Amino acid sequence: MKKFLLFAIFCLSYLVVNAQQAQPIEMADEMRSSGKIYVVITTLVIIFIGLSIYLFSIDRRLKKIEK
Amino acid sequence: MKIIYKTWWKILTVILLLYTLIAGFLLGVPHLPILHETIRNTYFHVPMWIAMFTVFIISVIYSIKYLNTGNEKYDLIAVECVNTGTFFYVLGLITGMMWAKYTWGEFWSNDPKQNSAAIAFLLYCAYAVLRNSIDEEQKRAKISAIYNIFAFPIMVVLIMILPRLTDSLHPGNGGNPAFGKLDMDNRMRMVLYPAFIGWSLMAIWIASLRYRIRLIEYKKNEID
Repeated sequence: MKKFLLFAIFCLSYLVVNAQQAQPIEMADEMRSSGKIYVVITTLVIIFIGLSIYLFSIDRRLKKIEK
Repeated sequence: MKIIYKTWWKILTVILLLYTLIAGFLLGVPHLPILHETIRNTYFHVPMWIAMFTVFIISVIYSIKYLNTGNEKYDLIAVECVNTGTFFYVLGLITGMMWAKYTWGEFWSNDPKQNSAAIAFLLYCAYAVLRNSIDEEQKRAKISAIYNIFAFPIMVVLIMILPRLTDSLHPGNGGNPAFGKLDMDNRMRMVLYPAFIGWSLMAIWIASLRYRIRLIEYKKNEID
């Protein structure tokens, strides 16, 4: 009986220690899986596409002036 | 030099950066304490510095070329590359401060990396002051070219070497290699390296636009 108790305590303590080690580091996985991160990405992509179109238009205007 | 008038590499720039914007948020990253999702800042903060280095190196090359040939166009390229590089410098500093606030605790914690980055920034501010304080064109071009050639290695020593010799909060210092096994994996490299190329090309693009504007101004002044 004593041996069994000791064994059980060891098992439990091992579980507790293990649970502490395996505590996952908090990441925004859920936010991504729920899909809302796509909203942010779309916003960024829109801004970036806008900026690059703007740069291209400056490029074109410069080309005209250079001629 | 003809290449700055071509379009294909500008489209490549846009494609590379669009890829890093999308993949940078969606691809998996290592789960690390303290950093959490801010590890994705690596895709945007570090390329600012790489872009800055790219245009600064180009400006040094053209400063040397100017001193060799005396061609004013090379001087104009060198200046606009420094101007664009300084812009990316500011972006790198601000994004770094932002990141530091949420990982190191303070916007500015007088970390060796931050302090020497600030000092090196003053070096390039001094370049602008020096240039604007000389009226005679040839003298201005010559002196600023020489200054630029000396400022670059000092900047590299301040940013890349001195912080490495002491303890710093910044990765890559105090003996721990940045982009090593501890804080990086191959998934991240697949986004990071295209980001380096993309932002460097973006800096070159902006610098080339500025150079072309300056060239027009220069020719106009010559006629007047």
